[in-house]
Order: sequence, then structure tokens, then C-alpha cells
Amino acid sequence: MGKSNMEKFGFTILKGRQIDFDSNDRRIAEYIFEKEPSFRLCIECGGCTATCTTGNFTAFSLRELNILIKRGENDQVRQNLKKCMLCGKCTLVCPRGVNTRNVVVLAKKAFLKSDEYAI
Amino acid sequence: MQFDPFVIPFEIGLYFILIYVVTRSVIWFRDLSKPDKLRLQRGFFGIAFGLSLKEIFMESLIHRRILKTNLRLGYMHMSLAFGWFLLILFGTVEADIFGAKHLNAPYKAIFFRFFNPDHGRTGFEAIYGFLMDLILAFILSGLLLAIIKRFYSKVVGMKRTTRLKLTDRIALTSLWLIFPSRLLAESFTCGAYGTGSFLTGSIGSWLATFLPAQQMAYPFWWLYSLSLGTFFILLPITRYMHIPAEIFLIFMRNSGIRTGDKAGTYSEVQTYSCSSCGICIDACQLNFSAGITNIQSAYLMKAIRNNDDVSEIAENCLMCGRCDQKCPVGIELSPIRMIQRRGGEAENDIRNIYKGYFRSRQTLIAEKEIIPSNYNFLKENEPGKADIIYFAGCMTHLTPAIKNSMVKILDASGLKYNFIDEQGGVCCGRPLMLAGQDKEARELINFNSQMIWKSGAHTLVTSCPICYKVFKESYYLDVKVLHHTQFIKMLIDDGLVKMNFLHKKVVYHSPCDLGRGSGVYDEPKEVLNHVSRLEKSNFEDKNSLCCGGSLANLKISSQAKRKVAFDAANALTSNNPDILATACPLCKKTFSAVTETKVADISEIVAEALIEKPIKLYSSSYLTSIKELANF
Repeated sequence: MGKSNMEKFGFTILKGRQIDFDSNDRRIAEYIFEKEPSFRLCIECGGCTATCTTGNFTAFSLRELNILIKRGENDQVRQNLKKCMLCGKCTLVCPRGVNTRNVVVLAKKAFLKSDEYAI
Repeated sequence: MQFDPFVIPFEIGLYFILIYVVTRSVIWFRDLSKPDKLRLQRGFFGIAFGLSLKEIFMESLIHRRILKTNLRLGYMHMSLAFGWFLLILFGTVEADIFGAKHLNAPYKAIFFRFFNPDHGRTGFEAIYGFLMDLILAFILSGLLLAIIKRFYSKVVGMKRTTRLKLTDRIALTSLWLIFPSRLLAESFTCGAYGTGSFLTGSIGSWLATFLPAQQMAYPFWWLYSLSLGTFFILLPITRYMHIPAEIFLIFMRNSGIRTGDKAGTYSEVQTYSCSSCGICIDACQLNFSAGITNIQSAYLMKAIRNNDDVSEIAENCLMCGRCDQKCPVGIELSPIRMIQRRGGEAENDIRNIYKGYFRSRQTLIAEKEIIPSNYNFLKENEPGKADIIYFAGCMTHLTPAIKNSMVKILDASGLKYNFIDEQGGVCCGRPLMLAGQDKEARELINFNSQMIWKSGAHTLVTSCPICYKVFKESYYLDVKVLHHTQFIKMLIDDGLVKMNFLHKKVVYHSPCDLGRGSGVYDEPKEVLNHVSRLEKSNFEDKNSLCCGGSLANLKISSQAKRKVAFDAANALTSNNPDILATACPLCKKTFSAVTETKVADISEIVAEALIEKPIKLYSSSYLTSIKELANF
């Protein structure tokens, strides 16, 4: 069918919004929870994203990444993590005292490990 | 009587340790890089040799630096090291003069009294015997302190003492047994023959009154020999390896060898040179404020020696450098920690006895793998041309008062400048480095370097000590890097800014990366003295505290950070100053959260005192020090 006729009239086809916990991989999140328990405290306020040095230059949201990691939707996280400069401003502004810098470092480590053990 | 079987354990231990130390030195020398080999050779045949000998005498034997830090602890180390050295030296001389013949086997000197029980009755012999007893008493007094310290460390002025592993315990026990067993062995022999000086003689004759001295002496000579042998054989796999390693270290250091950023012989020799004296533990704020007691440098060194996985220990550190300053052996603790951070998690290798004696090269950390960063999104920009550029840094953007004050000061100075990251800049790269990710940091460094180069500036002013340190050390820029306190000092000296005097009591907190990290101690205090009443705190310069907010610690919880900050702020504000001044946006932010005293950056204080109107518009080429900078 190609582009549907409806799209020409301004309608879009949204991707499915279901979160399928069966197909999602929560191992990254579990690893971070274990090593940095403060990750559980995040209330997703977005303070980290607001102050982010990288976010000043490109689309990068630590809040979004946190949510995605917790859901186990790792593909997007893997690509985006590389943009972080580890400057630490997010940790300083966090109202819940989450050690966000360590979360990023641990996530990078976790991805490396999961790549190693991937079948 | 020329030989007895009891000397065999001692002989085995002695020859083992001599052969081991020689082999080890050869391996260490072989593994040095080529330039370092040349340095060491040159140092060995040059003036450095004399310096090294002097240092070995002052540090390895007298323990001057420990004495300076802590008199009782220093006495303990000195009596054992220097006393033992004297005992061996005078013992050898004694055996040579009074023995049956000259040039004896080593055991003749060590067990002299056993082979010459009748010695020391009159004249010079008696005086010499008195001297030997005096040395033994000197060692025993230190040993007594050591034993007390092990169970009650406050006696020698230490809050904590190091925890030991099993082999360390056995070695420690054998070390403790050496001198008391010598005392008893000599005393019994002297008691049986009615010889000996004030110590061995009197104890001997007293013991002989109710014990069969002749029969009792022999087992104690065995014990003496056995404990010596055990100690020598265990020495390479325990902390006592510091005795030979420190000598090697002193030669290497005086030849100009430095740690660098990769693991190698020098870092290995340094880890072996750590005697676990525990001075770094008492200096560590994580220990005395936050109650984190397993990550201090002494434990890091021990874990590296044991081939343990040290990534957790290495990352849980504020990198404030207090332990570097205090280390009596002069081990470059922070650079070694950085090497471990770059290495990441170590492979768990099979540990066996052989590995303990000969740590293989392969167990030294490999390059860490990490998901490569990707900073392609950074677009090249065209900064405006200016002689002076101001780089606020991420942390300064989080504390806008500092940024605004600096703009105010720069405007008032009338100099042409460019606020290069006014709209938010790229991180300087040090936070990545501190996390052990040097390659990623290099990308950011290249980006910033290009921007600075394009601006055509000759001076770079930054407000953040973290940026300052990395600009100075890791950027290869043809510009003069100044922290804003240095820059303000220069403005004041040149008369470019005029200020009122604020009648306020100020205490200065020296930030780690600016003070201990980069050696900038005086300029901030001179600026503060110029505008306010600067008071001394108990933690000045090299002894300054860390605010606890350091980016270097990846592991610390926000609660522990707060504890460190709270204690540090309390200690600094004990005299109730009006302002707690600092020169770092991160320190300011950390302290503001924990103290009721007003916390301000020096730039804020200067901006407050500033007589606003520009006195005269200068062109930058007019001024002396700015001119010097241009020629830099």
C-alpha cells in the first residue's frame, strides 16, 4: 500500500505503545539496581535532563534513558549512552540523591558484559 | 664450638631472601622502559646516588617523615628499623673483633653470644656488651609499642591500625618473636656463664636463680633462629617486602622515574614499598567522617599486591590527595589509583604461592574495554577573537553567582575578553578521566582545544579547579591557563580593578584540585587578604580538607558525601567566620547545603567589593603582566 492515503491528510500511524515485559531485557536494570541502589529512588522529575551538558547540544535525556533501562528497552539506551560526558551536573541537581553518574558508568559496563555473554 | 644445627633455619631464610631480592631486582630492572633504564643507570652513577643513600638512611632507617607526622609511631618504626640495623652492624663488628677469626659466616654475628658465652667480662669487651644490650633494649622498647598499637592503636596516636591477612599475621608474629627470643636466649646463656651487661646479665642472673639456665638457653636459641628464618621466607609475600622495595624505590625516584599513566615496574615497586603504616587511613576523610574504612590507600596497595579485584576500592575515593601528602614513603598514591581506574575490573586469576612470590606481568591490568563514546553531535563553532577567554565550566554554570561575578569583574577591568562558553560549553574532560575513560576524554579535549586555538587567545581564565587542572596537565595548548583567583590577583596587582575593603571575617577553604592538585595556594589567599579579613583555619594549604563533593568518587552515596561535607564545614567554621570562602563552584555548592555560614566563591566576594565604574578603558597591550602573558 505504501504510504496510506490517510497520512496525506495529516493522520499518522503510531507505533505500538505496549510495553512487552516478556520480550524486554531487564538484566541491565537489575545489574544497576544491585550495584547502585540509589537508582531506585528516581522519581523521573527530569532535573538531570534540564541541566545536562550534552542535552545542550543534542537530543539526550537521562530521564528518558532511566525509564527505558527500567523497562528493559535497551536498544535506544545503548546508542544514547555514548553521548554522556560524565560531567556530573545531573548528580548535583538530583533532588533524590541518585548517583546518576555511576548509573551511566554502570550501564556502560552492563552493556559490555551482556555483549560478552550474548549467544 | 663453631657450628650448631639450630642456625640452619636462619641460614636458609637468609640465603633465600638474598637470592630472592637479587632476582626480584633483576626482574624489575628488566621490565623498566628503555628511557627509565637509562635514567636509573645515570642516577646510579651520578649525584642521585649520594642523595639516595642519604634518603635511605633518613627514611628507611630513621623514618624522619613518620617522626614528623607522629612522634610515637615514628619512634616505633625507627627503633625496629634503625635498631635492628645497628644490632646487625655492631654484631658483625663484634664477631669480627672478638670472634675466633675474622670474616665469619653471618650466623656467627647473629648468634655471637651462643658461640662465645664467656665473652664480655672485662674492659672493652664489657663496654661493647653494654652497647649491644642498649641497642637490644632500644628495639624492645619499640616492639612493646608495636604490640600495644596492634591492640590499642590510640596509644601511638593512631585512630586506626591496618587490618592484616593471614600470612601478614604469621610474619608479624615471627617478627615479634625475634627480639624477645634473642633477649631470653642471651639472658639464659649469660645467666649460665655469669656474663652479660645490664640487660642480659641482670635478667640472666635473676633467671638462673630459679631455672636451669644452661638447659633453658638452647630452646630459645632455636626459637630465635626459627623466627628469623620464618620472617625472611615470608617477607616477599607480606607487607614486609617494603623493606627491600623501599630502597629500590628511593633509587628509582631520585633517578627521575615517575609513575606515569600505565602500570609498570615503578608502580609495582611503589605498591610493594607500602608498609601499611596506616597514616593514610587516619588522613582519609572517608574514614573519619563517612565511616568508609576499606578503601584507603594502604588497602588499595595491599589488594594490588594480592592480585585482588580492586575496581571497587579504586573508584570509591574522592581523589583529594590528602594521603599523597601524608605518605611517609612518598608513594604516588593517586596516580596509582588512576591506573587502576583505567584498568577497570581485573580478571580473577588463579592465586597460588608462586604467584605470591613472582607476580606475573599478565596480572597487571590490561586496557579496559568500554562502549566507545560518540560525540559526533558536537558542531564546530567559531568563537570570537579575543586575547583573553573565559571558560566558566559546567559546575560554574550550575552556580550562576560565580559566573555573573566574573563577568562583572571582567567588565570592570576594561579588558577585551570573550566568554567562550556563555551558552553552555563542552565538558573539559576531567570527569571522564576520573572515571578512567581517557579515550573519551581525549575527544572532548580535542574539541575544546580547537575552539581555544581558533579564538586566538593568549590567556585562558577558568572558574573551576577541575577544568584548571585538566587544562594545565592534559591539554597541549599554547596559552597561559589561569584560575580566576590568579587572574583577579593579577588585575589587582596591575591596578585594573579597585575595591573597597569589606569588614568581614573570612575563612578560606582550599579546593583539592586547585591546592594539592595544582599547587595554587597563595593567590586566592592574597586576593582575600586584599578585600577582607582573612582568618587562618586549622586546615591550611597541604592539610586542607575535601568538601566531599568531588566528582572523582563514583561510588559514594549522597548521605556519605553529606557527612564529609558537614564535618569539613564544621571544622572550617569553628571560629564563626562571616563567610566561608572557596575558589571552586563544586565546593561552594556542596558546602552551601550543609552549613548556615554564608558560603561564597572568591569572585563573588571580589565582585561585592568592586568599585563598579571602569576606571579607565585600557587596551590589553598596555599592561605589564598582561603583556608578559602575550609573550608567554
